[in-house]
Amino acid sequence: MTRTIEFRDALREAMSEEMRRDERVFLMGEEVAEYQGAYKVSRGMLDEFGPQRVIDTPISETGFAGLSVGAAMAGLRPIIEFMSWSFSLVAADQILNNAPKMLYMSGGQFPTPIVFRGNNGAGGQLGSTHSWCVESLYANVPGLKMAVPFDAYDAKGLLKTAIRDDNPVFFLESERLLGVKGEVPEDEYLIPFGEATTRRHGGDCTIVSFGRPLYFCLEAAGALADEGIECDVIDGRTIRPLDIDTIAESVRRTNYCVVVDQSWPFASVGAEVAAQVGEVCFDDLDNHVFRVHSDNVPAPYAYNLEQEMLPNARKIVEAVRAVTYNA
Amino acid sequence: MPTMATDRATQPTSLAAKLPDETLRKWLRDMLLIREFEVRSMQAYQNKKIGGFLHVYIGQEAVAVGTIAALNDDDPIITAYRDHGHALARGTEARYCMAEMMGRVGGCAKGKGGSMHMFDRKRKMYGGHGIVGAQCPVGTGLAFATKYEDEVLNGGRSSRVTLCFLGDGALNQGAFHEAMNLAGVLDLPIIFICENNGYSMGTAIARGTTMAEDLTAKALAYGFESASLDGMDLMAVYDGMKPIVEQCRETSRPAFVEIRTYRFKGHSMSDPRKYRTKDEEQRYEAMDPIDRFSKYLRDERGFTLEANEAMIKDVRKEIREAIKWAEASPVPALDDLYTDVYTDSWGIYRGTKPPPMYDP
Repeated sequence: MTRTIEFRDALREAMSEEMRRDERVFLMGEEVAEYQGAYKVSRGMLDEFGPQRVIDTPISETGFAGLSVGAAMAGLRPIIEFMSWSFSLVAADQILNNAPKMLYMSGGQFPTPIVFRGNNGAGGQLGSTHSWCVESLYANVPGLKMAVPFDAYDAKGLLKTAIRDDNPVFFLESERLLGVKGEVPEDEYLIPFGEATTRRHGGDCTIVSFGRPLYFCLEAAGALADEGIECDVIDGRTIRPLDIDTIAESVRRTNYCVVVDQSWPFASVGAEVAAQVGEVCFDDLDNHVFRVHSDNVPAPYAYNLEQEMLPNARKIVEAVRAVTYNA
Repeated sequence: MPTMATDRATQPTSLAAKLPDETLRKWLRDMLLIREFEVRSMQAYQNKKIGGFLHVYIGQEAVAVGTIAALNDDDPIITAYRDHGHALARGTEARYCMAEMMGRVGGCAKGKGGSMHMFDRKRKMYGGHGIVGAQCPVGTGLAFATKYEDEVLNGGRSSRVTLCFLGDGALNQGAFHEAMNLAGVLDLPIIFICENNGYSMGTAIARGTTMAEDLTAKALAYGFESASLDGMDLMAVYDGMKPIVEQCRETSRPAFVEIRTYRFKGHSMSDPRKYRTKDEEQRYEAMDPIDRFSKYLRDERGFTLEANEAMIKDVRKEIREAIKWAEASPVPALDDLYTDVYTDSWGIYRGTKPPPMYDP
């Protein structure tokens, strides 16, 4: 049996199910308890689990992110909600220097099973400080895993996997997707990390993306199909580990590849995927890998500028036409 | 200025003075062991057997030994980068610490952590942290976890106390203040121990810290119990700590303790110490916590000079053997680069396993 539920409800189901399953799991963050979640993701969880397991924090990201590192070292399994990943920057030392390196620095003594989760990417005219796409900044760091859910089904399945993982997982949601509804089974399921999925099949060009920009990719692929260009749209699902095998299998069939990554182009996840595709599919490519990113400028406030800055369907269509010599 | 150890320790209220000879002699031996370990570490560093940074604890021994003596074995501790003393005081064997500094697989972190990152899971020693102040929020997490385990998982009362050590330099980091506030808001059983040795690297405390003349003001702002103790007097440290630890255990409320101490050597091995006078150094060296405590044992506890000499010899032997053991431990295999990054194996990563010091 499946039901149609919102992305935010799928996230909550994942957390609640895992908290019922394992008492060591707790949720902590700003407004997660009494306020019922700044974005209503944790609505009702305080009632079910009580204030010892659903814990409001002051606006103190360094404090509570660091707290989660100690709690995990001592055997608990924290879920830390960042209201926005933009706010995680003030906790950089804890989430980048402590969480992903503790196992290594302690010679294998202290794993840190923490899920850091929250909204990533442009929320809609929030200006530059609140519109961070952190995937490229953070994916650079060994010791962490990174998952980017596309829809309600993936949100639940990937988050359950994240909570059970013994390593720190950076779980990047999107404010723009929280209300999107999708079919989610009643029965329990998990989605493994490092296994991409193909959202649309087509033999002419491979489009690779993660999270929210996949919606622009699918919109572009629909428009391109009208022109007779059929695209594989691959959802990588996790950035670390990256399922390069599934991407390469597609590129070997299509011979063309466009990577769509909502972070800035320079030293980015998109650049990494392009480099890996270039490496493993060198003989199969009929053009270099094209990339569509957010423009290489801070996020603007004005609606028209923000829309132009983000990786939208028009830019993806243009990139696919260009890479396949249909421009 | 600190008072003389013998003056206060003979006071009838001294908790330490009520303890048996055997316990106090063990404390002296622990301080001597730390001192000898650090002296030999400096030599090994000069002989290029230890790399990176080396921050020695000489002069501050009474702080680690006196505070940790006030704990139970299952109370967690966490500290910053001047961490050898805390690991040794907690009972981590000197050979594992020395092998760690020499970058050998026998080290307590298999040679992956180094001098600043001593860890010992079995003894609840949670590091060894290199970034000033960063251990403070992590410390609140340890206190959160023991309380959660006692109350939520086991349905009982919070029963453990976390000691979070920091230097006076950490007082000016945001992480310290966020940790203090969180500990207060969440009622965490943690004691922040500020080891005030007067200098954050080369900056005298008053140049970088407000209310340097009374650091308990920091605790006042967060509504904590606080104390200021003489870190050159082992018994004063224990006497001051014991009731604070028990109160923290009882009430699950955080506390802040300043312990005034002095590092006899520089910040690290490359420090020419031009920011302080010889005069000042000599004044503090005259208050050497080891000499003062051993004098108390001789004056009040019938600890003979011969017994003192025998203890020093025994400690030298232990450290000599630790160095030998460390030097005989192999350097890590190059494949070890790829272990302990993740708990699981994927791509280039090869899972994890605890250091050999835990091998049966």
